[in-house]
Amino acid sequence: MPDFLLLALLAGIAVALVAGPLGSFAVWRRMAYFGDTLAHSALLGVTFGLLLDINLNLAIALGCLLLALILVALQNNRFLATDTLLGILSHSTLALGLVCVSVFSDNRIDLMAYLFGDILSVSRTDVASIWLISLAVIAALVWLWRPLLAITVHEELAHVEGVPVARVRTALMLLMALVIAIAMKVVGVLLITALLIIPAAASRRLTHTPEQMALVSSLLGVAAVCAGLAASYWWDSPAGPAIVLSATLLFSLTLLKRQPV
Amino acid sequence: MADYLIKARGLGVNRNGRAILQRADLTVQAGKIVTLIGPNGAGKTTLVRAVLGLIKIDEGTIAKAPDLRIGYMPQKLHIDASLPLTVARFLALGGKARADLAETLALTGIDKLINMPMQSLSGGETQRVLLARALLRDPQLLVLDEPVQGVDVTGQSALYALINEIRNRRQCGVLLVSHDLHLVMATTDTVICLNQHVCCEGHPEQVTNDPAYLALFGEAVGATNPPQVAIYTHHHDHQHDTHGNVIHTKPGAHIHRHDSSCGHDHHA
Repeated sequence: MPDFLLLALLAGIAVALVAGPLGSFAVWRRMAYFGDTLAHSALLGVTFGLLLDINLNLAIALGCLLLALILVALQNNRFLATDTLLGILSHSTLALGLVCVSVFSDNRIDLMAYLFGDILSVSRTDVASIWLISLAVIAALVWLWRPLLAITVHEELAHVEGVPVARVRTALMLLMALVIAIAMKVVGVLLITALLIIPAAASRRLTHTPEQMALVSSLLGVAAVCAGLAASYWWDSPAGPAIVLSATLLFSLTLLKRQPV
Repeated sequence: MADYLIKARGLGVNRNGRAILQRADLTVQAGKIVTLIGPNGAGKTTLVRAVLGLIKIDEGTIAKAPDLRIGYMPQKLHIDASLPLTVARFLALGGKARADLAETLALTGIDKLINMPMQSLSGGETQRVLLARALLRDPQLLVLDEPVQGVDVTGQSALYALINEIRNRRQCGVLLVSHDLHLVMATTDTVICLNQHVCCEGHPEQVTNDPAYLALFGEAVGATNPPQVAIYTHHHDHQHDTHGNVIHTKPGAHIHRHDSSCGHDHHA
């Protein structure tokens, strides 16, 4: 196996592993649109990284974290429905990112790589940082598992039972921002949500507990990464979209199974 | 030891410049049942949420007994269909149980449901599971937001009997929101009628021989079973204008209204 493929595989697996549990929460809490908004803002992070001449991965992570905090603050202000608010922010940040990248970058960067991912060009340093963040987020999810589930089921009940609801919810959004920052390299800003949502949705029909669903979702994600990279290697298809399509294929297969009650 | 579990004085809550709760007082003592009634939009749920610390109050004070353990049964529960969650897991999400699980399951009659997915439960079953989760905390104060809504008359009687039994056994205080303006739980110690402010407060009357009651519930309760619901008669000394502001009637012109008007727009 050529080196670039091995590195791509390692990076993809790391992202798929953490996308399982996090994607499950995104599905349970209906946060798909939220994920989209964060992902689109990552492009803006790229621009700032170039402007301020700092590490691009760091700039993307900081951009996502910042937007996550802004969203938390805005959601407490209920003058607009959350989906409207997200719709405004999601597309404005994407548009602003596209404009900024083309105006400021002097063609130094490949826009397509950021929009659809460039997993075949990850470096050893990239792989190391992706694994580091992935494992850290998984550890945080394990640690926060019960409070996270409790607020997903009923926030007010959790509050009365002593769960610090606002803090746990903010933590979930920040974790999602981190994962989006590392997933961007793999599938790009436009397809990140797919990597979160599709494996989780596929594992719903195969499982009976929240933990099983998160775990199976991770495994399906890993399978999708392997299949997508294989398709990319043999048929020269773009890697990011091939991974997402593999996940979709797995999801379609689960539709054949009868829904567990 | 304080002689109250919770004591709220002069509570006021404003939303968008509109007062949705004004000067409301509420005291719940150990072993006592307090029922909150009032028309839609009267602020019953707001008052409960303020007491639970779920919303910020704009005026007034809330004093709680030290280390008060509250068991809360919310009005609604919506769990997304994508979350595979059994009743057992749902109960475990409340944290480490302080009360005996088997006993609580038997008491609430949900022992058969324990391995069912939450989304497959009927309305009445969901209510009992929510009650069990509240009871597992061995609460000193049980807060129940419309526990009998969507439950038929027999189920309603059974649930009220259960709440009364829990109160007698554990000597916990109970704060109960009722969706019905006139029929309240028979063993209620205090009824508080709310319409932005506390309109009146009193005890329910025994209704065993009330013909209207018998016509409604005669079949459901036998002569040997004491009725679980009672009529609450409103004694309002004021009326509300169309904006909900209080119009005080002149002294000496005290009006007792026992019909459904009560000077309010009582549409359930």
